[in-house]
Amino acid sequence: MSVYSEKVMDHFRNPRNVGEIENPDGVGKAGNPVCGDIMELYIKVEDEKIVDAKFKTFGCGAAIATSSMVTEMVKGKTIEEALKITNKAVAEALDGLPPIKMHCSVLAEEALKSAIEDYYKKKEEVK
Amino acid sequence: MKYIYMDHAATTPTNPDVLKAMLPFFSEKYGNPSSLYSIGQESRTVIEEARGKVAKFIGAKHDEIVFTSGGTESNNFALMGVAWANQKKGNHIVTSSIEHHAIINPCKFLEKRGFKVTYLPVDKYGIVDPDDVKKAITDKTILISIMHANNEIGTIEPIAEIGKVAREKEIIFHTDAVQTVGHIPVNVDELNVDLLSLSAHKFYGPKGAGALYIRKGTKIVPYLYGGDQEKRRRASTENVPGIVGLGKAIELAMQDMEEECKRLASLRNMLIEKILSEVDEVILNGHPTQRLPNNANFSFKYIEGESLILSLDMEGIACSTGSACTSSSLEPSHVLRAIGLPHEIAHGSLRFTLGRSNNEEQIDYVVEKLKKIVNKFRSMSPLYEKK
Ligand code: FES
Repeated sequence: MSVYSEKVMDHFRNPRNVGEIENPDGVGKAGNPVCGDIMELYIKVEDEKIVDAKFKTFGCGAAIATSSMVTEMVKGKTIEEALKITNKAVAEALDGLPPIKMHCSVLAEEALKSAIEDYYKKKEEVK
Repeated sequence: MKYIYMDHAATTPTNPDVLKAMLPFFSEKYGNPSSLYSIGQESRTVIEEARGKVAKFIGAKHDEIVFTSGGTESNNFALMGVAWANQKKGNHIVTSSIEHHAIINPCKFLEKRGFKVTYLPVDKYGIVDPDDVKKAITDKTILISIMHANNEIGTIEPIAEIGKVAREKEIIFHTDAVQTVGHIPVNVDELNVDLLSLSAHKFYGPKGAGALYIRKGTKIVPYLYGGDQEKRRRASTENVPGIVGLGKAIELAMQDMEEECKRLASLRNMLIEKILSEVDEVILNGHPTQRLPNNANFSFKYIEGESLILSLDMEGIACSTGSACTSSSLEPSHVLRAIGLPHEIAHGSLRFTLGRSNNEEQIDYVVEKLKKIVNKFRSMSPLYEKK
């Protein structure tokens, strides 16, 4: 018996897209003020589309699973679509999280938003 | 898959002989010890036998043992009982900052009811300084409560010395000995304690059974009111099977305590040596030598404890952590914070508490698996390479 859904455990056991991207188009960082965990998200963007995403996370099972899931979800999405991804959507894609672990999914949403912001900033600089 | 249980400070399996001793008292020997007919009196007899065994283990007199529902009740009984009984004398309690929640939370409750509580700091090993106790005492102090050994980091406190201070100042002294009774020698006279809490399920007895030692002459009122059980010190029909189990468990513990203590200490040393030498960036929490024979508590830097627990569980290994992520308050363990660990290092803590089922082969297995798991999470950690 686990406190987590099977999907969470699957992503925890075999997290997808772990690591960093060389010369990323955007890097996002988020820290969880509640428990002190940290996530980094790297994205590669081509023609306003996220073609690759990778992460590094220091956190609990739920934090790792939501990190893994969010990288899966953003791949292939346009920046605009990616911005619409909420922490709830990530949690739902994992068949839910225990109520006390919902705050962990915020980490994923915030890291994503921050990565996209960074992407915009970099784009500005290039111009 | 084989299952390796290394969380004996949380609870232990009930010994089959203990269970066997308990079983008749659920079914055929169900009499109420307060009843005068023979099956009632038979229950009375076995309760008194158990009381004798508990008293013997801790060097107390027969009448000084009151059976309770376990460690939590014993601790609440000690704190509330002394607080309410001595209100006229004073309203100050001295305790430590690394006590179990079953001490800290009743203290917080008492604070709301007009009592003042001093939570003494500890050193980096988790040791309470008897001098600090002395300095904390005021003319309003009515109770000192310091645990015998800490449940998380295993540090054994200088109870005898603190007891001496309490004696000099004539203040009632309680110790929460839930982690030590049944494992290492405990003697209420040597420790200079007036009250002592113990719990059966920590030493292969059943859950829901414990006791509070109350030195003769200690000013305390009951915590539970009702019938005349336990010489009016604790109402409620006695938990006969539980008490029988407690008695049997303590009897069995006494039989081979010395050897088992040595065996566990050498297994624990093996675990500590292996982990400290084979994994880098790991800290041993608690005192290097003045600690429970079965306790090893580490912090693995750059990793979060819940991830470790989940991964070890998948390999059939059970242990525990003080990480914020596993507590309902999302705060890291107050004990790890009190010994000065920063938040993120408290995060990566792992506690192994060994017991009868563990052996050398299991230690090897655990270390081997742990190394892989630690590497995996470090490679995923944004903190690791940035060191
Ligand atoms: S990230 Fe800490 S509880 Fe989930």
